Amino acid sequence: MARRPGSIAALFVLSLIAVPIGAVIWTAGGIAGLNAADWAAFRFTVWQALVSAALSVGLAIPVARALARRRFRGRSALITLLGAPFVLPVIVAVMGLLAIFGRSGLVNTVIGVLGLPPMTIYGPQGVILAHVFFNLPLAVRMLLHGWLAIPAERFRVAAQLGQPVGRLLEKSMLRRTVPGVLAVVFLVCTTSFAVALILGGGPRATTLELAIYQAVRFDFDLGGAATLALVQLGICVLAMAALLLTDVPDALGAGLDRTVDRWDGSTVRDAAVLGLAAMFLLLPLLAILQSGLTGLERMPVSVYAAAGRSILVALASMTLCMGLAIAIVTHGRTWPRIVATLPLSLTALVLGTGLFIVVFPMLRPSSVALPVTALMNALFALPFAVRILSAARDDAEAQFGRLADGLALKGWARMRLLILPRIRRPLGFAAGLAAALSMGDLGVITLFASGGQETLPLAMFRLMAAYQTEAAAGAAVLLVALSLGVFWLFDRGGRVGAGT
Amino acid sequence: MALELEHVNIALDGFELCADLKVGTGGFIALLGPSGAGKSTVLNAVAGFVPLASGAIRWGDARIDHLPPGDRPVATLFQDNNLFPHLNVARNVALALTTRARPSKDDTRRAEEALSRVGLSGMGARMPGTLSGGQQSRAALARVLLQNKPLVMLDEPFSALGPGQRQEMLALCREVLGGAGRTVLFVSHDPVDAAQADAICVVIDGTMSPPRPVTDVLDAPSGPLRAYLGK
Repeated sequence: MARRPGSIAALFVLSLIAVPIGAVIWTAGGIAGLNAADWAAFRFTVWQALVSAALSVGLAIPVARALARRRFRGRSALITLLGAPFVLPVIVAVMGLLAIFGRSGLVNTVIGVLGLPPMTIYGPQGVILAHVFFNLPLAVRMLLHGWLAIPAERFRVAAQLGQPVGRLLEKSMLRRTVPGVLAVVFLVCTTSFAVALILGGGPRATTLELAIYQAVRFDFDLGGAATLALVQLGICVLAMAALLLTDVPDALGAGLDRTVDRWDGSTVRDAAVLGLAAMFLLLPLLAILQSGLTGLERMPVSVYAAAGRSILVALASMTLCMGLAIAIVTHGRTWPRIVATLPLSLTALVLGTGLFIVVFPMLRPSSVALPVTALMNALFALPFAVRILSAARDDAEAQFGRLADGLALKGWARMRLLILPRIRRPLGFAAGLAAALSMGDLGVITLFASGGQETLPLAMFRLMAAYQTEAAAGAAVLLVALSLGVFWLFDRGGRVGAGT
Repeated sequence: MALELEHVNIALDGFELCADLKVGTGGFIALLGPSGAGKSTVLNAVAGFVPLASGAIRWGDARIDHLPPGDRPVATLFQDNNLFPHLNVARNVALALTTRARPSKDDTRRAEEALSRVGLSGMGARMPGTLSGGQQSRAALARVLLQNKPLVMLDEPFSALGPGQRQEMLALCREVLGGAGRTVLFVSHDPVDAAQADAICVVIDGTMSPPRPVTDVLDAPSGPLRAYLGK
């Protein structure tokens, strides 16, 4: 097996992480410089992540249980919908939530009819609501794996014995699975930036990520930003350590459309749970679609230029990510794969701050906004790509490795004749995911871009900030179409001819 | 030329196997014994998939046990997964000749010739998944023919076939591989299959006996083999 490309790729990833982190640590010089507002941001970051994780997982348990034990028409579509937040741009989802829970949204209309005072989505409750919107599906998919891992025969035995399934089978499964799911959701919520940027802010709802952004963009206090980035890094490393200690189920894996025959539970209650969950996920998206289609005409021309830049960034990011991922998974040793998981414990704002510190003395940061965004997007998609490809590559080697050895297939010939054809389907899926994640990203670009380099999510955010709601909704529809479009294109490309 | 296993000792996860063997060119030898006795381990050691704890494997005067699998004079047919499912049958067979993306006309012609020798004329364009189990075995055998390796290990490649088809495939192997002067070791649980061999090595409890004539082994089996054969 060719090891050198994998080693080079892993060292490249390591340097992409080490240089900015080194710059952050060097510039911060410890956490002594934290002021009262910084500590408030720290407390809010941890608090909202804990509450969001508890609510997401708590609500996901009945949904996953209902999905695990019921067969119905549209079940596969619902499971697919649960995967949508992976590729749905955060800013679009937040705009959808605004359409339902915002000042003139559906919920406030109903509340007004009932004569109750209106609710506001801005502030801690909005941040938590958006995090539950994103993480409920993630938690359901992970918990569903836990349910489907219980052998069917055990449910039959429980039914024959007249034993309660919950106590006999589910309690121990949940005790094993829930800590890992909680840790994942907590990590996702501590690293979420776009949600806090749009719905948070002010003394009550500023996260560390938002505080970093404000320190760089508004105060140009790089030392302060570095100190905050160091604290954020500490939280992420601790959350990652907690993840390593728990059993984390797969959220990307296939096979969730199986059901196991069960003889317990109320059909009506399960239907209600699934209906509410589907409504919670679908209504914001439908609201965006409805207002966005009319808003397409009101978009300024600059949005189309931003869309063009987003496509270029997404393609560059996907190409780099897949090149690195292929080199790493075919290396054959474990250490490059461990290096590839490191971005999971980092955030775009932390690395972005470090890169800003490195770049600033030499270049105008806005002049490298797009390449840096593509680089960072590739880095943050890498753990998912490596995870998706590793299983397929290992499977191909396990099945056909000895045959290839016997035929003396080595190096590029082995890659071309064995590995690439066997990993084609997951390769397409991973490429689609990497491109879609990059297309919807609103992270590091906010630190670097000025007027002429905005990507589509940033253009949409600026339209929202300027109260051009209809044009922003139009941009949201365009962004969703492009994100799902690139995902479909690559995923489909991987599937063509891969059925053998 | 002869294949020689000299005081070979293999230790794997608490399982230990000792083997001594000398087989001349063109030999068709069965390794007979119960499941888990170590028959496949012997073939894997010769092919280079399992390391030796001690001893040596020679082909002629050359020691081959330190060579990687692709450099050994050995071709193996495994129990399954002998064909790459994403390549058509001709391409699978032509892998014995070239790793180029498109085999040359000459390579394709030779692959088609090998396919017709195993009774698969005109099937080169088919994908492996569209062939029956017996046809897949034949296609893999065609590639072994082209591999031009003097030693062939058959690690139960026909176990998924019915008894009649299995006999037929073994006879075909004997005909085409024997005709090409290849030395064949094949694993078997079944005395009827083993009866097709020139000689039988009995593998029981981690020990392989030297090759003995088929009639000696099957008509007058010794202690543990007698129990295994139910005689």
